[in-house]
Amino acid sequence: MDRIPIAKIGSCLFATIQVDMHDRLALALREDLGSELLRTQAKGVLLDITSLDTLDTFIARLLAGIGAMAQLLGARTVLVGMRPAVAMTLVELGLTLEGVQTALNVERGMALLEATR
Amino acid sequence: MNIPLELVSVQTDDDLSRVRKAVSTCASSLSFDVMSRTRLVTAASELARNMLKYGGGGVVQIEKLRESSRVGLRATFEDQGPGMADTEKALTDGFSSGRGLGLGLGGARRLVDEFLLDSQPGRGTKVSIATWVRNR
Repeated sequence: MDRIPIAKIGSCLFATIQVDMHDRLALALREDLGSELLRTQAKGVLLDITSLDTLDTFIARLLAGIGAMAQLLGARTVLVGMRPAVAMTLVELGLTLEGVQTALNVERGMALLEATR
Repeated sequence: MNIPLELVSVQTDDDLSRVRKAVSTCASSLSFDVMSRTRLVTAASELARNMLKYGGGGVVQIEKLRESSRVGLRATFEDQGPGMADTEKALTDGFSSGRGLGLGLGGARRLVDEFLLDSQPGRGTKVSIATWVRNR
């Protein structure tokens, strides 16, 4: 089964979602991030969704769930690279991503995680 | 005049990606702008997921709509599931019979130009969405 690779950079975990995120892939990412947070004791999670051209309520809810889980494990989650059209659609759907912070790109997301460590 | 473009069967989670891809490809071929395409694909994803979750799967038909002065895309989601008694209630934000947020159906309606929901208990559910290409 496909899995999204997770890299450790400094005290943060970093994952890039490169493909259309189907449900099983998203669920596997949540599971992998959980065990990696435990193993590495990372303080932050950076998720790059630049390649995602849609985000429906299931995936959005799952990303929010990752944020909540990471928080319980002592880490903050920053979502970066959301496309403007995706952001607008989320607003129109009435979704808020509680538990995750967002930043424009990877660089700013990293800076955000480093600043508040 | 309506021209059928694609027919996608939805039986598993993986088929949801296929629906998104098919709608996205069709929307691109009709020169939809990015915003309209994103709305349409997101709405299609919600509806296909609903169909899988509550209707036991079904089929999605994608058509090109052509009228004298405009072009659009329609996607119709049809299942043979249990159907619903109160379609108005089902469209209300926050209402959910499952574990979802209850934003799927009402949310999908907000993302498209036209939305039709036809369902009766025991007779399945049919949802049809359409969006027209904006004139630039």
